[in-house]
Amino acid sequence: MTLSKKLLLTAAAITLPQMGLAQDTEAASVTAEMVWIMNTLLFLIGGFLVFFMAAGFAMLEGGLVRSKNVTMQMTKNVALFSLATIAYWAFGYNLMYPLGTWSVEGVLSGVFGFGVLEAVGIDLAGADDGEYASTGSDFFFQLMFCAATASIVSGALAERIKLWPFLVFVVVLTGVIYPLQASWKWGGGFLDNMGFLDFAGSTVVHSVGGWAALAGALILGPRIGKYKDGRVNPMPGSNLALATLGMFILWLGWFGFNGGSQLAMGSVGDIADVSRIFANTNAAAAGGAVVALILTQLLYKKPDLTMVLNGALAGLVSITAEPLTPSLGMATLIGGIGGVIVVFAVPLLDKLKIDDVVGAIPVHLCAGIWGTIAVVLTNPEASLSTQLYSIIVVGVFAFVASGAVWFILKATMGIRVSEEAEINGLDMAELGMDAYPEFSKS
Amino acid sequence: MKLIIATIKPFKLEEVREALTDAGVRGLMVTEIKGFGAQSGHTEIYRGAEYVVNFVPKIKLELVVADGIADQIVEVISRTAQTGKIGDGKIFVIDVEQAVRVRTGETGDDAI
Repeated sequence: MTLSKKLLLTAAAITLPQMGLAQDTEAASVTAEMVWIMNTLLFLIGGFLVFFMAAGFAMLEGGLVRSKNVTMQMTKNVALFSLATIAYWAFGYNLMYPLGTWSVEGVLSGVFGFGVLEAVGIDLAGADDGEYASTGSDFFFQLMFCAATASIVSGALAERIKLWPFLVFVVVLTGVIYPLQASWKWGGGFLDNMGFLDFAGSTVVHSVGGWAALAGALILGPRIGKYKDGRVNPMPGSNLALATLGMFILWLGWFGFNGGSQLAMGSVGDIADVSRIFANTNAAAAGGAVVALILTQLLYKKPDLTMVLNGALAGLVSITAEPLTPSLGMATLIGGIGGVIVVFAVPLLDKLKIDDVVGAIPVHLCAGIWGTIAVVLTNPEASLSTQLYSIIVVGVFAFVASGAVWFILKATMGIRVSEEAEINGLDMAELGMDAYPEFSKS
Repeated sequence: MKLIIATIKPFKLEEVREALTDAGVRGLMVTEIKGFGAQSGHTEIYRGAEYVVNFVPKIKLELVVADGIADQIVEVISRTAQTGKIGDGKIFVIDVEQAVRVRTGETGDDAI
């Protein structure tokens, strides 16, 4: 997502189409105003699709935690989205988009403070950027990506983390950590200047969420009884129908995530590209799901639905760094490799005793790294060394910054519930409210 | 009076209930249970990790019948619940000292 915002409009740029300088009659019918409207529309549609991913994450996580922790997981999901909205408005948006005003060139934005919308009822001349889209749509769209990053973390740390320290972390993640590193790429910072390519955020969004989750999972430790006497004890989720619904909602939302990241819909070329992106995004999800289905059948003699759900999501994460240039076959393959990564990374994390309840780290971090590398397969403008460099820079920053915040929270508030609370379930211990009060707990 | 306790495979419940009704049984207590017997547990894999399912779901039937028909009822359950495969269940028979119908206060065979 390259932001092509310019602070000041040249008069020529506004008046050009009206002066009839367009090259042919067909192009002349698309005015600058229409382009601006269509771009804005793309952000609005993309934005509410990505918003719905919040529901997808909630259902996926609700289905994969045990029934005694479902109310807590839902509470975290609603709260994290809402807090992300406030944090992104209060500091995040301007930190992420300095629009050329840096306090440290290419690294730290020089614009601080609240995000501000355009005035009511503007015309094109009154727009912040008459060549791009409305600020309201841009803020709305970008906010959804920021919130998605936080959603990734909640699943990995489920069933044992305290509510309030988690929410404090969310505010830091969505207000500072995410927007700061996103400015390096999407705000026109040093990674962008180097030629780093990350179309919709395999690294900027997904890996960052994954790194934050990994740091949290390491510092928080596994759930009681998960790893005992050298064995891994599965803790099956409470509702695989909900988890599947969550996966499908995320799949749907991803069309907005990747399609909207074209950032333009005002020309034949742009809308054709958006449709390429939709088709490729879908193909990659299918590739990831099919590969996970077949691989779990071969490895375990029975297909594992939860792995197939993760496989589809890993396919989606894998294609997110470059959903435009691959062919359909290549997109399927890129997604399929994401599926392979998940099937092997899930048991690997268990071997390392890193307890990730929903598979967020394999899906968002591991497949995110793969997707960022896979850009070089189809986009001739990508450089492998720049991709790798950016993966490492963003990774080290996200992991260290998140780790520091987790450590501070651990030392001050404590991040883990008591053993008794964990065994009884966070629903009753922390909230006093069961998700399924009529049924016995498992 | 005899208390007959039977564990059966869950999908056999309807068939057994029909056969018992046909045989004149007028009441039946049913509980969903888990347990293990000769069938024991089995190994499954969840997200790449093996785990043992130690307890198999079963249905427990409890019914009290007059002494005279107890053997016949046991035979009915045994016949209808049988698949011939491991895990078909068990039937236990216990003497019952007294039975009371709460609504009328009737006792003994009249109460069942």
